[in-house]
Amino acid sequence: MKEQRLAMALAAVWAVSPYAARAANDQVVIGDIDDMSGVYADVLGAAGVEAINMAIADFGGSVLGKKITTLSADHQNKPDIGASKFRQWADEDGLTLLLGGSNTGVNIAMAKVAAAKKVPLFVIGAGGASLTNEDCTAYTVHYVYDTTSLANGTATAIVNAGGKSWFYLTADYAFGTQLQNAASRVVETHGGKNVGAVRVPLGAADFSSFLLQAQASGAQVLGLANAGTDFSNSLKAANEFGITRTMKPAALLAFLTDIHSLGLQTAQGLYLTTAWYWDLNPDTRAFAKRFFAKVNREPTMDQAGIYSATLTYLKAVKAVGSTDSDKVMAELKRTRINDMFAKDGYIRADGVMVHEMYVMQVKSPQESKYPWDYYKIVRKMNGEEAFGPITGLCPLTHK
Amino acid sequence: MSHVFGIPVAVILGQLTLGLVNGSFYAMLSLGLAVIFGLMGVVNFAHGAYYTLGAFAALLGLQYLGINYWAALLLAPLAVGLLGIVVERLLLRHLYGLDPLYGLLLTFGLALTVEGSLHQVFGASGQSYPVPSALAGVLNLHFMFLPLYRAWVILASLVVCFSTWFVIERTRLGATLRAATENAPLLQAFGVNVPLLVAATYGGGVALAALAGVLASPVVLVNSHMGTELVIVVFAVVVIGGMGSIVGAIVSGLVLGVIEGFTKVIYPEASNIVVFVIMALVLIVRPAGLFGRE
Amino acid sequence: MRAARILYALAALLALGVPWLGVYPVFMMKLLCFAMFACAYNLLLGFGRMLSFGHAAFFGSAAYATAWLVTAHRADSALAIAAGTAVAAGLGLVIGAIAIRRRGIYFAMITLALGQLVYFVCLEAPFTGGENGLQDVARGWLFGILPLRSDIVMYYLVLAAFVAVFVFIRRVVHSPFGQVLRAIRENEARAISLGYDINRYKLVAFVLSATLAGFAGSLNSLVLGFATLTGVQQSTSGEVILMTLLGGTGTFFGPAVGAALVVTLQEYLSDIVGGWVTAIIGVIFVACVLSFRRGIVGELAALRLRRAVARDPATPA
Repeated sequence: MKEQRLAMALAAVWAVSPYAARAANDQVVIGDIDDMSGVYADVLGAAGVEAINMAIADFGGSVLGKKITTLSADHQNKPDIGASKFRQWADEDGLTLLLGGSNTGVNIAMAKVAAAKKVPLFVIGAGGASLTNEDCTAYTVHYVYDTTSLANGTATAIVNAGGKSWFYLTADYAFGTQLQNAASRVVETHGGKNVGAVRVPLGAADFSSFLLQAQASGAQVLGLANAGTDFSNSLKAANEFGITRTMKPAALLAFLTDIHSLGLQTAQGLYLTTAWYWDLNPDTRAFAKRFFAKVNREPTMDQAGIYSATLTYLKAVKAVGSTDSDKVMAELKRTRINDMFAKDGYIRADGVMVHEMYVMQVKSPQESKYPWDYYKIVRKMNGEEAFGPITGLCPLTHK
Repeated sequence: MSHVFGIPVAVILGQLTLGLVNGSFYAMLSLGLAVIFGLMGVVNFAHGAYYTLGAFAALLGLQYLGINYWAALLLAPLAVGLLGIVVERLLLRHLYGLDPLYGLLLTFGLALTVEGSLHQVFGASGQSYPVPSALAGVLNLHFMFLPLYRAWVILASLVVCFSTWFVIERTRLGATLRAATENAPLLQAFGVNVPLLVAATYGGGVALAALAGVLASPVVLVNSHMGTELVIVVFAVVVIGGMGSIVGAIVSGLVLGVIEGFTKVIYPEASNIVVFVIMALVLIVRPAGLFGRE
Repeated sequence: MRAARILYALAALLALGVPWLGVYPVFMMKLLCFAMFACAYNLLLGFGRMLSFGHAAFFGSAAYATAWLVTAHRADSALAIAAGTAVAAGLGLVIGAIAIRRRGIYFAMITLALGQLVYFVCLEAPFTGGENGLQDVARGWLFGILPLRSDIVMYYLVLAAFVAVFVFIRRVVHSPFGQVLRAIRENEARAISLGYDINRYKLVAFVLSATLAGFAGSLNSLVLGFATLTGVQQSTSGEVILMTLLGGTGTFFGPAVGAALVVTLQEYLSDIVGGWVTAIIGVIFVACVLSFRRGIVGELAALRLRRAVARDPATPA
């Protein structure tokens, strides 16, 4: 009968459809959820996935006899997409490690999933320090940089150079707010004054009206508490509207790719804080050369960081002899990290990977001698100074 | 610096000027929408997508064909307008006898397709289009530094809006167009090729959107989503002005841009919604819109 | 008739057996919530002939209300869902009262703009968490007794809710109220001349649709554990229109089928074609409007009718 045939056909379709369960696998599965197409896509993005693959290849391609698989997804700067994907990978695909890309808001959401599903989360791209304070979990590691270290580096340098009154242009989400707060604290500690702030939607197309407000405040420093293309666009607009004639811009978070897209003519003289720079020493240059061969750009600190994080994880898994999250996390908090990314780095109780940070200044076009020769070192901060003391806001630090 | 209600005059004037720039865009876009709706009864949801296409045409024209800004001002609207005519002939034409809601839904689907494709090919973060060197300076207006380019935008948009109004209200061609809105079959009986007229009108409205896109490229980053949120505000503007009214579209666009700028001074958080709130108020008091007749 | 019954039975069996069929329960729950949303929307579009372009406002604001009550006030889940639904109903009343004043295209434009207004309010309001949304929404206990933590338990709750909404909509459409609505849809002038206060009927339909959409949104926030701006975004409004159109406006099961299709497409297609999903959905939309206006279920029904008429020309329509 027609209805029976229809029913059988439906059942057959169902069986081979994507509704059928995915097989559980006995592998080491590393996931990367990142902004692949939005304002932060150049900081990590697809090139970041390349870096992960480089790390896996350098490690040997397998660990404990198990195959290493990578998964990647675009969170489009939406916390719900990031959290859902993470949960799904944990439930369905046997995820053993998640590398968190840019966007603090997404990572905060993903941290909650990490705790619920007991899967380690290495935050690479996001900066919000709350990830190791109010939002900390036993499975979160904040690997590359955070808003505390950025403020301690850049804001200190600028206040000491004479920038005493600050007005902030802040990206209106967790990262921007936390960066602004961290910078404000530093400014006040060093005798400066915070005049005011304006919140700008993430990915805003036109900064002009916000910049006018900044100018009207009369502050000496324009604190740019944003990142990625938001940062480069707001700086460009500030130049266009003559704001930079009266206010000094503070690049609270700037990546190599931002300086590249702005050009040295516009960016020269900017102070910025970074965890890593490709031209620091022979080890960093060696990595950068291999990276450049694949992607045609020099690596940002995040891309170097994701490489190092993957290796660190794989080493811990090998040392412990299993992918059990609790054992791996315990091992991670015991070991020292020594590779081209960090010298003598260690993971604190609250999850911060404490390592050296550098305050840099962007070279002028005349000072730059070869492509991507953008930074000169102003100061090296050791890990404890950069990341500050444990604040006690994370319950894990009360032992 | 003198103050008004505790706010420096310079700040007010600065935001109003920026508001005028935004208003110029609103005016041009709502003009195109009003023209299309007035003649065809089609709510062109894809208007934002054509705006985006205009900007991309300028960008890609510069990157690959070396077409400079001034040439793009002419060529991009032409190209996108032609695309509009193709869309009208191939797709929209089939829906004329049906409920006008289908026209809206079709253009909505078109907008999704165009924006989705642009997003995939070019990514979500925008690319910057250089300001043409002739307009690269800055005007020192004392209360602010206004980039010369933005002053140009205001001027260009006023010229375009006035010319369009003039053509529609004061020329023979415009009279024919207006006749077509009132009684198309009768006009066809007089020997006018009405389908051609309709196609050309759609193409014209679309070209206006594309022109706005070219004008916008040095101001905002050219990205796949530049039209999306803008078009919703423009719809609200058109509803406020009265959906078929040319004058209504232009005046409402400019005025609302300025009001938005003013809101940014006194209550910045509300600047996103002030247009919608005004729309709701206008609808309660005068449902046909300020200049509409129904 | 028999075919319909067999299909319903099959669907019911499959739905009940989901946890054992190895389907990801969270995905199915999300699908069911959107199916509810689409059915609620269809009440307005298919049966009331009113195209609302800002319906996500109800779905998303209810989600926020529920999420906020749970995270900030540790409310009981049932209470939180009820409150979310009530918020959507209230919002529906306000927006409906403004929008009903106009018809057709104008009505659509107004709902579009007001929906956008709700979006921006949600963006700026202090308690919604802005771009981050409200996270960590615990499922808690229903009426203090039933723990909803388990995906399986939650799934059956959502399934029951879907069935309830579906049956409710059917009853509304077949009720005297539904008949009047149909009369208004077919010939408004005549309905007025018969003495019906059509604005009142339209408003009731609007509020009902908004309420049910809110119910779906509240459930969704508990299912996924968060409420974000995506729920109130313009793109979500567009999605529900597509689901309803694709499945078949004016049919009962159509919107659910459409929702299942779109949600599945988005989930699994994005793994294959990445970001092209949006563009593909746009193309499907255009194709639907041009030549597939009755939607899947609608086309199937028309096909069966044609066959029945071919067999026996006296078949009533």
